Amino acid sequence: MEPLVHVTGRGVPLDRPNVDTDQIIPAAWLKKTTRTGYADGLFEQWRQDPDFVLNRPERAGATVLVSGPNFGCGSSREHAPWALHEWGFRAVIAPGFADIFRNNMPNAGLVPVLCEPAVVAAVMAAVTADAAAEIRIDVAGLTVTCEAAGVRAAPFRLDDEARDRLVSGLTQLEMTLRSADRIAAYEAVRAPWLDVTA
Amino acid sequence: MTPKTLVDKIWDLHVVEPGASDLLYIDLHLLHEVSSPQAFAGLREAGRTVRRPSHSVATTDHDVPTDGRELPADASAAQQLRVLADNCRDNDIELHQVGSPGQGIVHVIGPQMGLTRPGTTIVCGDSHTATHGAFGAIAFGIGTSEIEHVLATQTLRARRPLSMAVTVTGELGPGVTAKDLALGILAAGGTDAGTGTVIEFRGPAVRALSMEGRMTLCNMAVEMGARSGLVAPDETTFAYLEGRPRAPRGDLWDEAVAAWRTLRSDADAVFDRELVVDAGAVVQRVTWGTNPGQSVPVDGVVPDPAGIAHPGERAAAERALAYMDLRPGTAMRDIGVDVVFIGSCTNSRIEDLRAAAEVLRGRRVADGVRGLVVPGSMLVRQLAEQEGLDRVFTAAGFEWRMPGCSMCVGINGDTVGPGQRCASTSNRNFEGRQGPGARTHLVSPATAAATAVAGRFVTPADL
Repeated sequence: MEPLVHVTGRGVPLDRPNVDTDQIIPAAWLKKTTRTGYADGLFEQWRQDPDFVLNRPERAGATVLVSGPNFGCGSSREHAPWALHEWGFRAVIAPGFADIFRNNMPNAGLVPVLCEPAVVAAVMAAVTADAAAEIRIDVAGLTVTCEAAGVRAAPFRLDDEARDRLVSGLTQLEMTLRSADRIAAYEAVRAPWLDVTA
Repeated sequence: MTPKTLVDKIWDLHVVEPGASDLLYIDLHLLHEVSSPQAFAGLREAGRTVRRPSHSVATTDHDVPTDGRELPADASAAQQLRVLADNCRDNDIELHQVGSPGQGIVHVIGPQMGLTRPGTTIVCGDSHTATHGAFGAIAFGIGTSEIEHVLATQTLRARRPLSMAVTVTGELGPGVTAKDLALGILAAGGTDAGTGTVIEFRGPAVRALSMEGRMTLCNMAVEMGARSGLVAPDETTFAYLEGRPRAPRGDLWDEAVAAWRTLRSDADAVFDRELVVDAGAVVQRVTWGTNPGQSVPVDGVVPDPAGIAHPGERAAAERALAYMDLRPGTAMRDIGVDVVFIGSCTNSRIEDLRAAAEVLRGRRVADGVRGLVVPGSMLVRQLAEQEGLDRVFTAAGFEWRMPGCSMCVGINGDTVGPGQRCASTSNRNFEGRQGPGARTHLVSPATAAATAVAGRFVTPADL
């Protein structure tokens, strides 16, 4: 995985609550067996509207999506963060994320930037008004800055394990394989009634 | 000792290595064709193997045709099914594919086999894994990278969830089902009330539910924003499990039941969040919008977004009404449907089919309405046929299909057409979920059946 220490770029405002993973990548795209090839499916239904924000030429090349509460609700499909990543996004700023989606994001090279609603509202207003407004996300320091919004080093919440993984570029699996002895030790003492194969 | 919630007790039994995210042992890993191919490919590319093949069980459900064909017409879906079969063969993983008697929706076959057990940890690359929480298990959906992690290590890195108690007092009224209760809780709490938590459903109305009802309720916990939902195991749970093909037997059964009886939240355990719902106030419900929190009683009317104070929610409701082509104030009873779908991991079990068949016995679907019944598994289908339910459905004009996810997710070609309106017993009414431009209204199986007969939203009592 490519380490993500900083994300600096322009924002795309998607000011809606409950953006679900069926919108992010419709189910018809889930028949592939690869981790790539999903960018064309990103928000496929909404992009049929020529005025949809992702169709605006001034939003091309933006790397930070800004959205509403409960972002990524619904299906556990990792294809959703894969599609966002492949489109060019590296972070999503929102006042709330659905649990499974939030877990999937770092595994797909995306930073979940869970901020106070007032911070998200300020950044949303700034990037809506100015497509060139810059957002800087310090992943190691867990802060977000958007001068145009008057937001300077506002903190965001991310657990240490996910942060360390994003910054190091190590996958979760690579980290866990170091604990193989602990897993074997657990298996040796696990209660028999927990063994569904018994 | 500090009093503990049931979730904490089960969690603590499975911590291999504590940390910012605990390393958690996984007792049962369920697999299907859609979310697993990239995980197996990742293992292969890194030269890794499956640590405990016996702890994984696979089925085919999302892509499979329900019209009796063995392979989908769509080449990429057919390829995905072949890839799962190859991966299971190469890694010595049990697979129940189309044509085998154990095939069915992943969240239907685990319980019916007796693999889904109290106190265990269960994961699957599917958000509705929460269903298995009905047995007092911690069961949740994971992404493909996590599937690879579980295959390689039989563990997962996960933050300890917060706890939420949803206590349902009193008893459900006649004809009011677990599905109506789930929609009622969603309407009261919203779609993110449970974010970061595992919800423990408790109280007399939950105790009174059958295992099928508890599965429906826990299935919808993910729509409440929760990672999962569970119900503490009791005699209902043990009676359901006893004698199932993979349930423990003999001394092991006694030992298991003794352990299962300890699985309850301590009386003075403190929950991070609490919600109390009066079962007596729950009525039959139907969704009007594009998220499962947007529902009203079947007796009700389409709400007016102007009455919503929060600007973001108001705009969302306006967008939902535009997508659904509905006007505020319209009685739900005056809204006609084109399709009725009875199925999905929410409502495709034998009790669901019995409830729908009871309404349909001696009746016919309204002119112009297409009705589908898609049983949750081959076993459910076989049971239903033994009881003659298939003949009730076909006599009423419903299609009697083969098991699979079908029209809930619309990957396999079973879709609702653009602009068509569907009364569906599934779990999500998102835009385009059942097909591009499809308009989904979530209901219980009994309401779906009654709606098919009337051609518009009604309850069985209205017929």
